Order: sequence, then C-alpha cells, then structure tokens
Amino acid sequence: MSQSYNRGTVEDFGRWREFTAGMWAWIFHKFTGWVLVGYLFTHIAVLSTSVGVDPASAQAGSDLYTSTLSGLESLLIVRFLEVGLLAVAVFHILNGIRLLMVDLGVGLESQDKSFYASLLLTGAIVVASVPTFLGGKLL
Amino acid sequence: MSTQIEQQETETEADEETEPEVESPGDRRRAQRNERQAQEQAQREVEEETLDDEDTITLKVFRYDPEVEGKQEPRFDDFRVPFHKGMTILDALIYARDHYDSSLTFRHSCRQAVCGSDALFVNGRQRLGCKTQISELEDPVRIEPLPHQEVVKDLVVDMEHFYDQMEAVEPYFDADETPDDKLEEQRQTRENREKVKMSTRCIWCGACMSSCNIAAGDNEYLGPAAINKAYRFAMDEREGENRKQERLRIIEQEHGVWRCQTQFSCTEVCPKDIPLTEHIQELKREAVKNNLKFW
Ligand code: HEM
Ligand code: SF4
Ligand code: FES
Repeated sequence: MSQSYNRGTVEDFGRWREFTAGMWAWIFHKFTGWVLVGYLFTHIAVLSTSVGVDPASAQAGSDLYTSTLSGLESLLIVRFLEVGLLAVAVFHILNGIRLLMVDLGVGLESQDKSFYASLLLTGAIVVASVPTFLGGKLL
Repeated sequence: MSTQIEQQETETEADEETEPEVESPGDRRRAQRNERQAQEQAQREVEEETLDDEDTITLKVFRYDPEVEGKQEPRFDDFRVPFHKGMTILDALIYARDHYDSSLTFRHSCRQAVCGSDALFVNGRQRLGCKTQISELEDPVRIEPLPHQEVVKDLVVDMEHFYDQMEAVEPYFDADETPDDKLEEQRQTRENREKVKMSTRCIWCGACMSSCNIAAGDNEYLGPAAINKAYRFAMDEREGENRKQERLRIIEQEHGVWRCQTQFSCTEVCPKDIPLTEHIQELKREAVKNNLKFW
C-alpha cells in the first residue's frame, strides 16, 4: 500500500471544527463535573481548617469560622466565584437530567432543544441570583 | 438529486414526424441526437461565455500525493466550476477532474447515495458528495478527506479500519434454527421489520465513524456504524435467543457500546438518517437488562 500522510493538526482541528449541540453538552458536562469535584475538595479543606472550639469567642462573633467566612465574603472575587459556582452546578444538574433522559431513551429527537433549554434556564437562574450573591455588603 | 445535466425531451416531436423519406428509425434517431448535441454544445458555449461570479462556485480541494515528488506536502487547490441547478458536490468534483486536473482523485460510483463511497469532509462536516447540493453550502466550498482516517491520496482515505470494525460485529443474518425445508422463507413480523427498518439502511460510508470524537481517541471502539449493524441483527427476532446472547457479548465488551458518550454527532451526519445514538442507547439498556437479575 502507498505510504499515507498523517494530517497532524488538520486531524486534530477537524475533530472540533463543527460543534453540534450534543458535543457542546458533552464538553460542558465534563468541565462542570470536574469543577464541582474541585469545589467539593476546596470546600472541605476550608471548612475543616476553620472549625475552632472556643464557645466564648464564638459568642463574641470573632471565632475562626466566622472570621474565615466573613473574610472570604468580603472579597469581591469570591462573590463572583460564587455566581460562577452556581452557574456550573445548575448547568450540571439540568444537563444531568437531560443525560438521564437520553440514557432512558426518552425524547432523543429533542436532545438539542433540551440542551439549549438547559443553557437558557441556567442563564436565567444565574441572573436571578446575582442580587443575592453580589448584593450583600462587602464587610 | 440528479447528477445529469438536464436534457431537452424531444421524443414527442419525433412521434409526430411523418416524413415519407425512406429513413430507418436509427438514422432518424442519430440525426436527432446530432442536432440535439449541436444545440447543447451551442447552449453550453453561450453559458460558458456569460459565466460570471454568480454562476460559478469555488472549490478548495485538499491535495496530497505521496508518490509524486512535489505533491507530498498537503495543499489546497482552487477550482472554479460553473454552477447549474441541482449540482452536487460530486458533480462539481467530477467537473473539476474532467476539465482541469485529471489527477484529482476521489471515490464515487453510484452517484445516488447507495454505494457509500463518497463521504467527504465538506465545509467542516461529514457529508455524502452525491447527496449534498452545492446550493446549500457557502462559497467557497472546502473539500477534505474524512478526518481520522489515513489519507491515501487527495480525497481518498483508507477505509480498512472501518471495515474491520464492521466485520467485528459479524454483520450477517445467522439464525439459531433454520427451517427444515431449505426453500422455506424465514418470515419476519411486520412490527419486527419496522423496528430494524432504519438500521438496515446503512451504506457503509464511514461518515459517522469519522465524526465521532470517541472513535477518534479510541481506535478499538466499535463505532456507530458497527454498533448499528449489531443492533440490526440483535433486534431481529428470527435469529433466536442464543445468537442474541452472542451478539450482546460482542457489543458489551470494553470498547463496545459503553464508550458512547451520547454526543449525537454520528446521528447528525448520517446521510441515511439512521438514529444511531438511539440504537446505541437501546443496546446499552438491552445489555443492562440482560445482566441485571434481581431474582
Ligand atoms: C443533582 C445533581 C447532579 C446530577 C443530576 C448529575 C448528573 C450527572 C450525570 C448524568 C453524569 C453522567 C454523564 C454521562 O452520561 O457521561 C454526571 C457526570 C459527572 N458528575 Fe454529576 N451530577 C450531579 C451532581 C454532581 C456533583 C455535586 C459533582 C461533584 C462533586 C458531580 C461531578 C460529576 C463528574 C466529575 C462527572 C463525570 C464527568 C466526566 O464524564 O468526566 N456531579 N453527572
Ligand atoms: S450509519 Fe450512516 S453514516 Fe454511518 S456508515 Fe452507515 S450510512 Fe454512513
Ligand atoms: S457515489 Fe455512491 S454514495 Fe455517493
């Protein structure tokens, strides 16, 4: 057989050239799933290192836990990250439900529409959450 | 989807002709044909003269030939092809080959979406050359060989791996029991025929496999077409329970149905509109039902 040419980058880009709804959904689901795992570990690390057992200072509102959390909440970047986390979680849940339907073989013809619906709903919920997350006073 | 240039019907005129001359029907037909060809030639010349930008399309075609020095670096060649109504990608390629560069290489045979030899990567998507209208595409039309297969020359890719995957699912009817009388038909119920109907339409073009991200990253993955083939027989009630179990064993293996991540790209590109993802999902459920027993 004739020697054949490995198209290298053409090959790799070809794979991603034309994205369809299902492929975006897949990428986003992977991404959000791993972000959630990352958050889970950070969450555990932060909380487990900020539990102090000192009833007196807890009474005064100056214990480790309160100061850690209010310290975090006073950072604008943390507020934005929280909005991002909500977006990621909501999309993962909605698309997760979509994937469960796909696995059950329900409504496969509208899999693209249900993906767009997940995106829109995520967007709406995130926008609605902005006042809550960004509204509180930065202590 | 006609690939022919439209021809004037002249038969009715011929019937009305009542010339007394001693002329064989063959002579008459030949004379008419010559006349028609002359007309067409004249028409074509006029068309070609009045050709402007609107009537032509530009093809950007991937070229590569490992056997000719100077063509071993892949490149894109531009061809300007006159457009006519109903023109397909394949028609345009044939025109370019016949008029500009006879070394331009691509596979085709039936020109009517039956043989499956001309799946190409057109404007970033897997399409069947003979089933894709130029008018649906943006100009210039970029034509490349199918991704994720070795390129042999120009638009020709090596299909060997794809065929191997197809063979791996034993793509032939093989019933547990055949009728004693060899001539007896093996009838299928209407419902069962409906169930496998879409899956029988595969023309082995390889578009689905080429579009699949998972298949691109895992060479052992059976791929949508092969799994669809397995579906076609596993769901055929005439084969019997034993054969079905064997078929399920094939599709359940490590690089079988479970690799599918439901991206639906195969379903999007299949020129025969086979609901590939649906069939893969159904086989997944079938496999689970087969293995999970709570009693
Ligand atoms: C109601 C909540 C959730 C639902 C409905 C859900 C649903 C799903 C589903 C259906 C899948 C499988 C995707 C597939 O078929 O390939 C999945 C994957 C995954 N989920 Fe979730 N999930 C939820 C919450 C979470 C949380 C809280 C985390 C992290 C702590 C998480 C992390 C992941 C990861 C890492 C994957 C695998 C992604 C990959 O394919 O690499 N999920 N989820
Ligand atoms: S399933 Fe469709 S895309 Fe895949 S090989 Fe068969 S006809 Fe082509
Ligand atoms: S030439 Fe046969 S499928 Fe296109």
